[in-house]
Amino acid sequence: MAGKKLGFYVFFIPVFLWLFLLIVVPHIELFLMSLRTEDWVGNTSWSLANYKNFFSEPIYWLTFVRTAIYSILVTCITAIIAFPVAFFITKVANPRFSGFLAVLLLMPFWVSELVRVYGWMILLRESGVINHFLLQLGLISKSVEMLYNDISMVMVLVYTSMLFMVVPLLSVLESLDDSLIEAAYDLGASSWTILTKIILPHSKPGLTSGAIVVFMLTLGNYLTPNLIGGKSSLWFTEQIYTQFIASFNWNQGAAFGFLLLALSSLIIWIGLKLTRQNLTKVVQ
Amino acid sequence: MVVDLKVEKVSKVFGTFKAVDEVSFEVVSGNFFSILGPSGCGKTTLLRMIAGFLEPTEGQIYIRQKLVNGIPPNQRPVNLVFQNLALFPMMNVFENIAFGLKRRKVEKKVIEAKVKDILARVGLSGFEKKKINELSGGQKQRVAIARALVLEPSVLLLDEPLGALDLKLREQMKVELKKLQAEVGTTFVYITHDQSEALVMSDFVAVMNKGRFEQIDTPQNLYRSPKTAFVAKFVGDNNALEGEMLKKEGEMVLVSAYGHEFWVRAGSYRLGKKISVFIRPESFLLEPEENLSKVNRLKVKIKDILFDGANSKLLCLLPAGPEIMVALPQNKKFAHLKPGDDLNIGWFYEDSLAFS
Amino acid sequence: MIRTLPHSKSYSFLFKLYIVLFYIFLFAPLLITCVLAFNNSDFPSLPWKGFSLDWFLAKGPDRVGIFYDSNNLRSIWVSIKTALVVSFFSLVVGTMGAFLFEQENFRFKQALYMLTLAPLVIPGVILGISILLASNGLGVFLENHFGWDVSLLAPGFWLVVLGQFSFITTFVVLVVSARLKKFDRTLEEAALNLGANRWQVIWHITLRYLKPSLIGSGAVAFLMSFENFNTTLFLVGSEPTLPINLYLQVRDGSTPVINAISFLMIVFTSTLALINLYFSHKKE
Repeated sequence: MAGKKLGFYVFFIPVFLWLFLLIVVPHIELFLMSLRTEDWVGNTSWSLANYKNFFSEPIYWLTFVRTAIYSILVTCITAIIAFPVAFFITKVANPRFSGFLAVLLLMPFWVSELVRVYGWMILLRESGVINHFLLQLGLISKSVEMLYNDISMVMVLVYTSMLFMVVPLLSVLESLDDSLIEAAYDLGASSWTILTKIILPHSKPGLTSGAIVVFMLTLGNYLTPNLIGGKSSLWFTEQIYTQFIASFNWNQGAAFGFLLLALSSLIIWIGLKLTRQNLTKVVQ
Repeated sequence: MVVDLKVEKVSKVFGTFKAVDEVSFEVVSGNFFSILGPSGCGKTTLLRMIAGFLEPTEGQIYIRQKLVNGIPPNQRPVNLVFQNLALFPMMNVFENIAFGLKRRKVEKKVIEAKVKDILARVGLSGFEKKKINELSGGQKQRVAIARALVLEPSVLLLDEPLGALDLKLREQMKVELKKLQAEVGTTFVYITHDQSEALVMSDFVAVMNKGRFEQIDTPQNLYRSPKTAFVAKFVGDNNALEGEMLKKEGEMVLVSAYGHEFWVRAGSYRLGKKISVFIRPESFLLEPEENLSKVNRLKVKIKDILFDGANSKLLCLLPAGPEIMVALPQNKKFAHLKPGDDLNIGWFYEDSLAFS
Repeated sequence: MIRTLPHSKSYSFLFKLYIVLFYIFLFAPLLITCVLAFNNSDFPSLPWKGFSLDWFLAKGPDRVGIFYDSNNLRSIWVSIKTALVVSFFSLVVGTMGAFLFEQENFRFKQALYMLTLAPLVIPGVILGISILLASNGLGVFLENHFGWDVSLLAPGFWLVVLGQFSFITTFVVLVVSARLKKFDRTLEEAALNLGANRWQVIWHITLRYLKPSLIGSGAVAFLMSFENFNTTLFLVGSEPTLPINLYLQVRDGSTPVINAISFLMIVFTSTLALINLYFSHKKE
């Protein structure tokens, strides 16, 4: 039927244009740019120089490795902190409050990331609120700078990405039938057995999708490492920013961007393989 | 006689599966026509082809003498009452019924009058502003029918619309639907797997099996003179005795089964072949008098009494044979029967039918 | 273990303590940010020097409240404009995508769907630089070959819109698809049977059914656009959006006017989130 065909194209063309022009073409362009270099007169040519630079400068690849390891660490900590919270809300809390608790949990994350990071800066810095209270209580005699170190940076990264772990966990635990836990208990299982044999296997899809999003967001985060970690944060996105905005070396920046994209895709792919999930399922 | 719907050698093939197999029939204007068959027999496929949601692989469909093959569903002069009713939950009763009229750009005043009129017809006056989820099952039913009828279709198609109702309401709606059809005079084509619905309401019933029509007939004829073994089994309750055919005399055949010999009316048969004899539970005579002629006689043992008011039955055992259901009239004469008793039963030759 | 099973007092006490600490962790930075917006001090820090609305209402010259801070007001206006345009286009294309993936069948549907999900796993920074590179490449090409100077392709309002649109649309597709999946398609057949054409069916039946999810995803799209930082960072021109503008101020030292803006943002987003929540509950 002609009408049916027309309907299909009305839907298909905008969606295709969106994905092709804004996702496919730009990433091809990113890859092509990363393979070109500009000499001092401004002529460009194909070369692998940008990638060679990356491997020959320890500061680049060390930053890269550091970013990857810290992102994995942040993902694990987020999962460990979020899991009991999601479990409490869905299974332990009085059902009358659990809806309220869940809404309360989501509220901070509707607020811009910048505002959240700014809040932590006010709390942590040398003239900050925590220092003020510690001085008042006499626990310390002189203000301590709590910003610009790795521990604070990891903490705020965990804070920033908490939502994306809690939400999938809430929905996956919501779908776990209480009677399964009751049955296991009735059959004599210990709490540990119930956790490892029933609850965790059931939560795997939620845990995977949460981990993917948290990892991706942490890896690509710029604000938190920049503002909380400061000069010493050595986050790979800052290298990209430097190449693009400060050095104006777009080809080098494109190579860094492509490496970051490759890293994030690779780790997500490994994560999916290890947990035997696929992306389409994880999204739902 | 005006023919409203004519289906000519229509087939529908899905992959290698033939869902509808060369079906032909005609429905005369004003008739209530039912298509009766078990689930998966192809009746819904047939209906969807008439409505235009499916195109036949072969054959023609005419509505009021006009070929409708290839015409999309929104341009066919038929309307469908869906199995799940498909009332629009985001609209109220008025908006639901007015939906089709609005699409035809009927004037607002006319729409209001027509909706009011049709609501009165289905006994729902004043329900215009009600939300769909505020209605009971029976009321939803009537809104769905009103929504289709208000467009004054040449043919109204109904796809098992009573299926979702509970038993009591279904009995009541059967009668109502029949009355409504007689009143509005629209041609109804009704699909169901429930033989009682088809028998009670229809002028004509087509029994469908495995994509084919087995028999098209009035309800009375279907019941009394089924043309195939399938119809005999599917329409009404029936006992089936397996036997062998011995000889034929006119309309009658002699059958041997479980060590007895019976005279039976011939349906379709082949000499010397295995044959099934069908006898309805209510055809049995309990303790038939000796002087009755043309009666087959049997001695059985009562295994159980299935009490169901006017529908009560005896479950009897034929020595070396199958269980036989016998209708048990609820009167004093047979009140003494109890399980374990021996019982003489019999039936007139012409009350049984044989098919091979 | 769960609410229906017996458990020890210490288990439940420790669990509750953990949850309380978690919520303090969650809300401390936001609360302190809000409180310090009303402190009568020149710095966003304690001690408390009394209540003041200076950071909202002061006209200068020493203190300039947010309502007279033309720089920040301009960036708020830019953000609102951007968010309106982005949420409109994402809603339109995203809904088309939902229809395409839920109701149509075509070759490479699975591949196109994977591409639709791709923005979920591409770090925002990468999306930003790829689009920057591609549009710059196109701009250079047009100028060299046709002598056209297309200002739309330079960093600025429309490039930010494109960048945000490219990933926010994915969220709209997911939210709208989820509801469209539950749609009973016999309703569409019923409408067709009553004489409606395909567009009337979509307009009167399907879109009306989708309305709650359209409102919901429109609100989410607005918020995501309003607070986006990572993708916007590389695409922004001379008119920064609010998060970028705040970042520049926070990086170079801060005044309580940032707290005032944060307070307004928290109030605004919470309200929007609550309205959204109310609508999504109503549809249940």
